[in-house]
Amino acid sequence: MANLTDLGVKAIRDGVAAGDFSATEVAEAFNANVAAASALNAFIVATPEAALEAAKAADAKRAQGEALGKMGGVPIGMKDLFATRGVQTTAASHILQGFKPEYESTVSQRLWDAGAGMLGKLNLDQFAMGSSNETSYFGNVISPWRRNDGGNAALAPGGSSGGSSAAIAARLCPAATGTDTGGSIRQPAAFTGISGIKPTYGRCSRWGIVAFASSLDQAGPMARDVTDCAIMLEAMAGFDPKDSTSLDMPVPAWEAGLSPDMKGKRVGVPREYRMDGMDDDVAKCWEQGIAWLKDAGAEIVDISLPHTKYALPAYYIVAPAEASSNLARYDGVRYGLRDLPEGAGLQDMYAATRAAGFGAEVKRRILIGTYVLSAGYYDAYYTQAQKVRTLISLDFRNAFESCDVILAPTTPTAAFALGDKSDDPLAMYLNDVFSVPASLAGLPAMSVPAGLNREGLPLGLQIIGNMFDEQGVLNAGLAIERAAGFTGRPERWW
Amino acid sequence: MSDYRIQGATGEWEVVIGLEVHAQVTSQSKLFSGAATEFGAEPNAQVSLVDAAMPGMLPVPNRECIRQAVRTGMAIDAQINKWSRFDRKNYFYADLPQGYQISQLYHPIVGEGRIEIQLDDKDPEHSNKTIGIERIHVEQDAGKLMHDQHPTMSYVDLNRSGVALMEIVSRPDMRSPAEAGAYLRKLRAILRYVGSCDGNMEEGSMRADVNVSVRKPGEEFGTRTETKNVNSVRFVMAVIESEARRQVDLIEDGGKVVQETRLYDPDRNETRSMRSKEDAHDYRYFPDPDLLPLVLDDEFLADCRDSLPELPDAKRHRYESELGLSPYNAQVLTAEVETARWFERLLGETATASGKQPAEVAKQAANWLISELFGALNKAGKDLADSPVTPEKGAELLALISKGTISGSIAKQVLELMMESGDSAGAIVEREGLKQESDTGAIESKIDEVLAANMDKVEQYKAGKEALFGFFVGQTMKAMQGKANPQVVNELLKTKLG
Repeated sequence: MANLTDLGVKAIRDGVAAGDFSATEVAEAFNANVAAASALNAFIVATPEAALEAAKAADAKRAQGEALGKMGGVPIGMKDLFATRGVQTTAASHILQGFKPEYESTVSQRLWDAGAGMLGKLNLDQFAMGSSNETSYFGNVISPWRRNDGGNAALAPGGSSGGSSAAIAARLCPAATGTDTGGSIRQPAAFTGISGIKPTYGRCSRWGIVAFASSLDQAGPMARDVTDCAIMLEAMAGFDPKDSTSLDMPVPAWEAGLSPDMKGKRVGVPREYRMDGMDDDVAKCWEQGIAWLKDAGAEIVDISLPHTKYALPAYYIVAPAEASSNLARYDGVRYGLRDLPEGAGLQDMYAATRAAGFGAEVKRRILIGTYVLSAGYYDAYYTQAQKVRTLISLDFRNAFESCDVILAPTTPTAAFALGDKSDDPLAMYLNDVFSVPASLAGLPAMSVPAGLNREGLPLGLQIIGNMFDEQGVLNAGLAIERAAGFTGRPERWW
Repeated sequence: MSDYRIQGATGEWEVVIGLEVHAQVTSQSKLFSGAATEFGAEPNAQVSLVDAAMPGMLPVPNRECIRQAVRTGMAIDAQINKWSRFDRKNYFYADLPQGYQISQLYHPIVGEGRIEIQLDDKDPEHSNKTIGIERIHVEQDAGKLMHDQHPTMSYVDLNRSGVALMEIVSRPDMRSPAEAGAYLRKLRAILRYVGSCDGNMEEGSMRADVNVSVRKPGEEFGTRTETKNVNSVRFVMAVIESEARRQVDLIEDGGKVVQETRLYDPDRNETRSMRSKEDAHDYRYFPDPDLLPLVLDDEFLADCRDSLPELPDAKRHRYESELGLSPYNAQVLTAEVETARWFERLLGETATASGKQPAEVAKQAANWLISELFGALNKAGKDLADSPVTPEKGAELLALISKGTISGSIAKQVLELMMESGDSAGAIVEREGLKQESDTGAIESKIDEVLAANMDKVEQYKAGKEALFGFFVGQTMKAMQGKANPQVVNELLKTKLG
């Protein structure tokens, strides 16, 4: 029998349904990989018994002759930003350490309802704020990838969904949930040679996901290929009356609609994304991607997104502003950490709890957000950033008059080493330069692996689609996947 | 124009008043969560995950709360904004689990409107004044702190956390405590007519922030202070009086009024400073990213408009023009929706019972309700809501009068007995034998007796002392033990006395 942990979502689901192997066998195999991979620090909490329980339920269902769900028998990893009933949910923060919600997030509940099981809660940047997983209170995740230079430098798995990306690349799970606020699904996917899609804002309910920046946060699947992403996204998406920003639209049959044929499709290549000093390998990878899509029948069109250079500064105003308010609820009163110094009053308790409970990057963003919303600065920063956001959306709207999808690199470089950028927040923020515009515009965007750079590290290509056009994004992704034939995987060292 | 003036050492001062009224919206559940809103529940029994600000919880607007705010806006003839938006007001406090209150700063749901107040019940039409409304916005209430439960700790009750409030902001159009009182009473009446707030100030479902400044008549507005959370009409009027006095004394002593927030102490009848503008919070308002802008469609607006009842001003005018009531009676009967509802049931029942049109019995019904029943209820320390006399029973009594079965004075006795026993008028008249005599034979024989016993007076009457007619009527009624039909007595006497 093939190594079960080499199988993806579709292969497991179909194999379990066909009786080629049992869901229990699959869960046991992945549980074993999780247990053996503590060196990667991808999981904050492993839940092998939850995975087994779901697997046994799937096997029992099959034995009864009942149809299995979209994710029937597939064990997955759950980013620790999703509230899971009775299982510690921390957002990788000290302030929520020990917090076990009495409720289940809408997205995770949908996945369980579709037959998936939970292998554990995945590590991430604290409150999803970071691009390298170094801001986690529980220690950084280490990428399973290493450079081919013989050195053993520990590399960043990307962030914030770095536990998810590392775990999938290392075959600790076939798929995992991610959330993407400014690139937190796409950038780690690119860094680890896997696929991930951030759907249109509103496709997946935010209910039960610890909020970072509400107007940007969006859940999505991360998996080893495009088909697996399509399957899992179908299970995750759907209208939720508990989230006012949820899209009240039917969920398309993305898996059934998959096609790598790009005939008649126009692929936009944004000239503003060709930045000075772009990494050669990244530039080459992008050219290669253009050629692949052309070969698949697409027409390549030059497009302009003139406000691109303002996207990153606008993002780093809007996201911290919302975060500064969203994180006000962590005050030590009702749940999580409470630091009550001797003789302290209410304000002292707030201050002590938040000082001890939040990490440096979270504090930095709360301070930035508080500052940009303050009287006297609000118009200069927040209002201005909202105007930029509108202009970015208009850029994309204009661009989609002349193209169907947009092709760009996911990140300006391949994975960097842990510690490389952790002392320089601006350098770290620059990593989001290609992913942030689609977030500001609420557009669906995905990263697919396209090859390896000269250091042997994966590079991702990003496809950005028009509002609600996940299908177009997935199909272009599939076309690249077929053409790239990416088979890279990290050699096991952990 | 109000001539209310404060006498200072330097002359007369005028007071300028604006009110921000927080009115709790009548609805089953909170503004953004499904938790119940009933008053008086056990602490923290009505708290949802959203109200407790658990991680990942999201607000969802409650359609009914929005509907009530729109209906209220329509009732004060205000502009309804089809596009409005919720903002977050950020501050840390123990009664605010989210760390922010969801409110509407930049784009409120209701814009400019107006309320007509009447300063003199006796002459409502000529004591009218229009008070401008700047806006109404919808926002969340905070929880409640309880400081008396533990020696060193405060307890937090989140039952009220997230309950919908309307903040109704007036223009600084009032010039006396009386005007402010009339405004509050009128606003409360409108809210109760509309059914958007129960107006119970003692339960805290309506409270006012009172903005007061003083100036020499005709000069620019002075600096205002804001006294927070005043919870009765009487206290609001007292705040204005004492705060205006304080400001006048301060200015005349060479001081300056500072813009600040003050608290009212009813026990000492004075306001004291809570915080000045300098230490005011920076609330960092910004649009709530969890919520989309609120967009109202025409169908929703039409439904709101169609569901509005007849409002107090319209009703008062109709009572005057269609029912022929005096301005005073119309004003009294329409001032509170419960009174108007009671009166209209009484009117309908009376018309049916006496086989007449409502307009024909309206005056009788209005007079009886205002002078007889209100008097009786007052004496018994009751109000309409717990009156033992229902509109149906009142109508029966009125019909007995108009049919001539009992006289007006007997009716007073009957009402007293109804108040005591709760029995119907007919049963009491029957039981007590109070039915009035209209049989001419019986009355005639009594008249004959009376005339025979008072021959001297008959002589005088015939000689021209016509005022004695009343004497004969009185004597006859006395002889009939009050039960004779006065009209029949009059007619017979006239005939007999020639």
